[in-house]
This record gives sequence, structure tokens and C-alpha cells, in this order.
Amino acid sequence: MSMDGPLVIAGRTFGSRLLLGTGGFTRMATLADAIDASETELVTVAMRRVEPGSNGSLLDVIAVKGIDVLPNTAGCFTARDAVRTAQLAREALGTDWVKLEVIGDERTLLPDAPELLLAAEQLVDDGFVVLPYTSDDPVLARRLEDAGCAAVMPLGSPIGSGQGIANPANLTLIVEQAGVPVILDAGVGTASDAALAMELGCDAVLCASAISRAADPVAMAHAIRHGVLAGALARRAGRIARRTHARPSSPVEGMAELAE
Amino acid sequence: MIYVNGRPVDPGERPTIRDVLLAIDIDPDRAGIAVAVDSEVARRGAWPTQIVDEGAHVEIVTATQGG
Repeated sequence: MSMDGPLVIAGRTFGSRLLLGTGGFTRMATLADAIDASETELVTVAMRRVEPGSNGSLLDVIAVKGIDVLPNTAGCFTARDAVRTAQLAREALGTDWVKLEVIGDERTLLPDAPELLLAAEQLVDDGFVVLPYTSDDPVLARRLEDAGCAAVMPLGSPIGSGQGIANPANLTLIVEQAGVPVILDAGVGTASDAALAMELGCDAVLCASAISRAADPVAMAHAIRHGVLAGALARRAGRIARRTHARPSSPVEGMAELAE
Repeated sequence: MIYVNGRPVDPGERPTIRDVLLAIDIDPDRAGIAVAVDSEVARRGAWPTQIVDEGAHVEIVTATQGG
């Protein structure tokens, strides 16, 4: 991880280390305000059937903010469907970036590792900049990087669960070995989760539900932005080692002898 | 008859993709949409000329809110 400069993914530089998912906002105006409060420069969208007569207000909001869009393949259960969805997104949105999701089942929304890797390989071959949503398995993360993915996006815990980072040890292993940016994706519930991800060495954090479904989404966007910043600063500052026993910070010498 | 986003549509004889879009009231010049015919992506440049076969399944997608 390089915290000394801006986040760089596939040669593109981002001033913000917070990616925002647009799912779950009940009003477009709230999404617009949350984009401002988060200071994000990259937001995810899903690809779905056009409703006749509907307008493109989501893309309009994103365009007005002057930020980039990252289409996902959410809802895809096979490599074939994910590749087709990415190709449709490229045609519709004019971007070859894709947040690759290939889900194993609806109950957990956990990634299907073999299908994910297959889709990643096919999309890289097709010229895509692939950012895969992956489990917190260090071996799978390495395989995805070896396949040519531009980043790896391990989950902290299941999508929308708000359980935070269930396995910090695995996330640390992924960060240690990664030669591409590591973006914590899924599971963040509040600002401290985002801070922990950055303290563990992630390069960025992606949040959707934690912000969009908060009681006050705009305030939470603000809070998580600061969580990401605080975690990044703390990582750079270097935390103290954990100890089993206490260690006084006040001098142990020179105590006054006070009569009983 | 062809099937657009799962619904039967009758856009007339030998319709192009552009004809299909117009038949369901979608502006073919609208940005941010993509079309697949029988699961194959149809590039925007081909919409005015590519004929959609009888019985084909056409999917028209756009960006929506999502994480």
C-alpha cells in the first residue's frame, strides 16, 4: 500500500479513498448530497432493464458531480452472465472499468470463487479494467491479481450486513501480498469499520448500505469519509504494538515518599 | 413477435434495433443504454441497420442504483 500519494488504480488517480455505492438511497437528492459529503470520485451503479418512459436521472446526478461511474455485475451468478453484463455496461456507459461480482447464493451473497476467477480472466482478455468483489481469501485474492485484475476488493463481511471486518487477520494477509490496490468492499456498518480497514492497510473502502441505509445518510457519508481519512493517517503514523501487560507512560522513578 | 425485456412486442416487419426501441417509446439517441439481442451485445452503431429476427429476445439495459 502507498498512503503517501493519492490512490492510483490502473493508472487513474483518485483524490478520495472512499468509493460510494449508489444502491439503497430512497431519494436521488439524498444520493447527490451524500456524494458531496463523502467527497468520493467513483460511484458504483448496477445494470438493469430500462423502464419505458423513465429518464436517466441517476446518470444525470453523477454527471453533474463530475465523478466517474463504476458499473457492477451485481445479481450475476455465472461468469457468462457477468461477462455479458460488463459488456453491456461498457456499451451503455462508455467505460471499460467494471466492479466484477459473481455471487454464489442469494442468502449470503458470497462470491462464487471459480466463476469469479473465470469471469475475471475473460474480462481482462477482453480489455476490461477489472475490480473483483472477492471473499477474504488471500489465495483467491492472489489468483485474481495474477489474472490481471487492477485491484482486489475483499469483503469485510457479507454485503449489507454491517458486521464490519469479520476476519482482520485474513485482510492483513491480503494487504501484505497485494501488488495492486486493496479496496475493502462490503460489510462496513459505520465509520470505525472504515477506519479499521485503512489501519489494516487497505488502500480504499467501498460503502453502499452503511451510508444509504443509515438514519441520516448524508451525515454518515461525512462520518465515513473522516473514518477513512483517520484510518489512513493512523496507518501512516504507525500504531504501537499490542502487549499482554500494561506499560506505564508516566515515570516509575522519582516518586515522592509521602508519609502515611 | 419479438420479446423485449421479457414482454412480447410487435414492431412490424423486419424491424431494426432502432425500430424496436421506438416501438417501446425509448429514444434511440438516449445516452446510457445498451442492447443485447439473444444475449449478444449489439453495438450502438449497428442499431439503425441490424434486423431483429422474429422470436428474438432483446434486452435493453441502463444504469440503475446499485452497490
